[in-house]
Amino acid sequence: MTQKEKAQVVLRLDGITKRFGPVTANEDVSFALHRGEVIALLGENGAGKTTLMNILFGQYTADEGSVELFGQPLPAGDPRAALDAGVGMVHQHFTLAGNLTVWENIVLGVDALSTASLKPAAAKARIRALSERFHLKVDPGAKVGRLTVGERQRVEILKALYRDAKILILDEPTAVLTPQEADALFATLREAIASGLSVIFISHKLHEVMAISDRVLVLRHGRLVAERATTDTHGEELAALMVGAEVSAPSIAPANPGAPLLTLRDVTTPGAGSAPGLARVSLDLRAGQITGLAGVSGNGQAALSDLISGLIAPASGSMELHGASPKGWSPRAAIANGVARIPEDRHKTGTIADFDLTENAILETYATRFSSRGWLDWSGARAFAQKLIAGYDIRCPGPDIRIRLLSGGNMQKLILGRVLEGAPDIILANQPVRGLDIGAVNYVHEQLAKARDRGAAVLLISEDLDEIMRLSDVIHVISEGRLSPEFARGTMRPEDLGRWMAGEGFEKGHTDAA
Amino acid sequence: MELIDILLSASFWAAAIRIASPLIFATIGELICERAGVLNLGIEGIMVAGAFAGWIAVWGGLPLWGGVAVALLTGMMLGLVHSIFSVPFGLSQHVVGVGLTLLATSLTFYTYRVVLPEVSSPPKITAFQPYEIPLLSDLPLVGPALFSQTPLTYAAFILAGLTALVLYRTPLGLAVRAAGENPQAVAAQGLSVTAIRMGAVVVGSGFMAVGGAFLTLSAFDSFFFDMVNGRGWICIALVVFGAWKPGKAVLGAVLFAAFDALQIRLQQTGIGAVVPYQVFLMMPYILSILALVVMSRRAEIPAALMVPFNKGER
Amino acid sequence: MRLEPIAAPSFGRRILPPALAIGATFVVAALLAMIAGGNPFAVFGLILKGAFGSKFAILETLNSATPLIFTGLAIAVAFRAKLWNIGAEAQLYAGAVITVVLGTGALSLPAPLMLALCAIAAMLAGALILLGPALLKTRLGVDEVVTTLLFNFIFLLFVSYLLEGPLKDPMGMGWPKSARLIPEARLPRIVEGLRLHWGFALALIAAIAVWVINTLTTLGYEMRAVGQNAEAAAFAGIPVTKVILKTALLSGGLAGLAGFSEVSGLKGSLTLDLSPGFGYTGIVVAMLALLHPLGVVVAALFVAAIFVGADSMSRAAGVPSYLADIMLASALLFMVLAILLTKFRVRRD
Repeated sequence: MTQKEKAQVVLRLDGITKRFGPVTANEDVSFALHRGEVIALLGENGAGKTTLMNILFGQYTADEGSVELFGQPLPAGDPRAALDAGVGMVHQHFTLAGNLTVWENIVLGVDALSTASLKPAAAKARIRALSERFHLKVDPGAKVGRLTVGERQRVEILKALYRDAKILILDEPTAVLTPQEADALFATLREAIASGLSVIFISHKLHEVMAISDRVLVLRHGRLVAERATTDTHGEELAALMVGAEVSAPSIAPANPGAPLLTLRDVTTPGAGSAPGLARVSLDLRAGQITGLAGVSGNGQAALSDLISGLIAPASGSMELHGASPKGWSPRAAIANGVARIPEDRHKTGTIADFDLTENAILETYATRFSSRGWLDWSGARAFAQKLIAGYDIRCPGPDIRIRLLSGGNMQKLILGRVLEGAPDIILANQPVRGLDIGAVNYVHEQLAKARDRGAAVLLISEDLDEIMRLSDVIHVISEGRLSPEFARGTMRPEDLGRWMAGEGFEKGHTDAA
Repeated sequence: MELIDILLSASFWAAAIRIASPLIFATIGELICERAGVLNLGIEGIMVAGAFAGWIAVWGGLPLWGGVAVALLTGMMLGLVHSIFSVPFGLSQHVVGVGLTLLATSLTFYTYRVVLPEVSSPPKITAFQPYEIPLLSDLPLVGPALFSQTPLTYAAFILAGLTALVLYRTPLGLAVRAAGENPQAVAAQGLSVTAIRMGAVVVGSGFMAVGGAFLTLSAFDSFFFDMVNGRGWICIALVVFGAWKPGKAVLGAVLFAAFDALQIRLQQTGIGAVVPYQVFLMMPYILSILALVVMSRRAEIPAALMVPFNKGER
Repeated sequence: MRLEPIAAPSFGRRILPPALAIGATFVVAALLAMIAGGNPFAVFGLILKGAFGSKFAILETLNSATPLIFTGLAIAVAFRAKLWNIGAEAQLYAGAVITVVLGTGALSLPAPLMLALCAIAAMLAGALILLGPALLKTRLGVDEVVTTLLFNFIFLLFVSYLLEGPLKDPMGMGWPKSARLIPEARLPRIVEGLRLHWGFALALIAAIAVWVINTLTTLGYEMRAVGQNAEAAAFAGIPVTKVILKTALLSGGLAGLAGFSEVSGLKGSLTLDLSPGFGYTGIVVAMLALLHPLGVVVAALFVAAIFVGADSMSRAAGVPSYLADIMLASALLFMVLAILLTKFRVRRD
């Protein structure tokens, strides 16, 4: 460590404070990053990680404090300053234009806009050299829209390297990767560090933080609450620091599975754009059982979710609910058949932002429960909304509040209440806890477990392998629209699932899950 | 047959190129806006304003190219109005565009009445005259059709070529295209989405106005209230038809203009005696709708078209 | 700069920006009036007098507001569901054409039946006109702004053909106009001797009906849900395509009624200048009303007053009456900005 401390400081944040109205997003955050060092920035959603990075990149101006890069003060509010000084960032949500090629995405904004020409040949040659050196294989002439998620991330990293970045910031980089792809990423990072780069690694996956970082900084409610050398700490301590108390995940009792409530046999669906459809998928969702669906995002989860939600119908193969194939498959038919649907994106698909809580509460049932002859029963609707607020612990001023103003956790509780209120026996939960804080995560998980215990069949789709392994009674892996066999709880290690996630093993025993 | 005679005559193709010219200016202008992610429905009003501004400037004593410059500036100013509403404030591009068309049109008519309160018919100017390009204009058929046009027509084609060059071969063009595909990508590279989009709308609107000025300075020699007559809306269809690519858009404009030239000639033939003239006049609009329908499935629409960008929001 | 949503806008926050928008509109108009050599206060005074200065003026304003209430409602209904209907002009003419077809002697019915038949037929005609672009939107994803706009030109040429051909008045001395409606097909005046016809009352009823649909029925709820977030609406099981088509029928029908009311209540026959752009002005009316159906009535009265007032002002002060159009266009632009500022705060960071 003394050696590290002597090393050159490349980035220094000093007393950064940022307020949004009454909310303090960052308060007095100070730290230094040294050459060749990996700092892990750990914190829950809303802890202030993103705001801090936005200040570094000039998107926001800090109210107090200063940033120094390579010994020079960084001018505030200038998005180019950090980039030009050699900081590159790989965002969690990729910032790529799908209709443009890889090289076009990479050279975007590198030369001044007044430059006469793009020089594609030179750019492509440089990209090839970089991708060889850092093992980031990608075709510079390919359209980004056609690349896999893993390849897109490589493009993002190449973007930073192309600009000669000396500091690389990675925001939740492994969220979209298989464990094997994540290992390859870490190998690339180690190479980059060896050649003098410094890295800030933003994550909430503790084992990765332990594996890659030299130091861990923990952010909570906008404040830096702890700093540990990675060798001096362990996962439990970091988890406790992150939430501010010892947390106990809900304990999941063993399942008591019953008859299959939803059955798919050899179902194929068309893909949508670059996302694959389902390829001869067979699946049983049994009563009293949580079925976990693991997989790298964009491998057919959307198709399966759309199918069960009623948005698409099988192109071939059969689907049965409660032993009968439904007629006229649609979202309404799904709801009528007792399918509760928790969509992946609660902002875009799950709620209507400018509708109030009451209007959102009746979104699925207005026609069946709250209308007669075309007239809406507003008093009944309000009463229903009140009931959800009380029954699902939705923290809000009342049923007239616009949904836009609720936190993600409360929004998700409303959706949970809306779909669970009718005691459905099939539950589709697509990424139900993405972006929620730990309290809300536990609440959602408890509700799903409770529903299972009363006999519902639950399908949990998640890209977070930890979540899948903790909650699921049985696990399937999906890859390029194909479904792996069913694995019972505790029979597979993460590495084993990772191989399936990477598409291995399907040739032999695929599709026959029954 | 008559139809074949028409299609083989140089005067027919010369007319088609002439009719295409204002459409090319305005379509290229709209294309630039849309490539950056902004649908500019102010186009119709901007063309009206450009037609008037260029003409009144020349009538007031400026040379013809001075009139073109005045039209360009007028369009750019109206584009600035559009972009302030539609880009940093991210207001509905439908509403802002229709509002701007109403504003530009009524401002134009108002100014006309203020400047020329008493005239019964608008004064004429000396418009651009055809310039025969040496050698090329002597070629059979293509010579009179392509190379005996007014300078403003040549400018339209040069502008389309330059636009393609800038869009596909320069960092600026790349930034414009990226702003229309994914503004987040532009912002992440330290570029200002707001500046790029506003710039595109201002410049594109300038070209639309020059398209309008073509009508008063080259096609005709005077200004009438309904002379733009939906050409702006047609150009919006042409952008879709051209799949947001300058080359294809020019091709679409020429094709469209050829049909327009054809219907004018067909009116004077035996068919014109049987079919009401209104049917011929409808053709451009019907063709535009058909073009939209045919291309709707195939076109690669800019992914962020009509999606406002608000910094710090995801 | 960045826009930040305001959780609970204060009273001032909700009132001040729209007030400033109206103020800015008058400042623009005053400057333009001065350029034209008019004294702005005199000009505004003359506009006010022209719109409300006499019994005749007031009735004229109410009559002028009538078609604007219909088209404003048509636009408000459509825009609320994010169906960008810019084709109210064609839909209005469709309603007028069918009224003339039925009401010039082809049928002989007692007045109440005749009027009801014409009104319903006009609604259907207008609705059908918008159904085409709506189907192109839902089936093929063709942007309805451009198709409805282009269709305005097509339909007006069609009307021009009709007025020079099949519907031409044989007694019209060669003018392109239709025959006059038979008395049974004319909307009577509300009070005998005053020029205000029952179309105005019909417009008020339509506004109330739309308000009831919006707030109290499942269709209103569905239309708002589809307009706010079609993806979430579809996921929740709302039949989005059907709702868009129903919206189109309602919107087109309201615009069709405008044509019926103008021909049957005011003009008595169809000419090519039946509407001086009521379909487009309806957009301004709807936006000024914040798409609220009862607000449409107020906005239509405001817009009609400016038009009627500007006409008589122009004669008296020599300032071109296009000042009215400029005022409305700038009011529209300032108002959409003002509405944004009631909900968002502009931050520079």
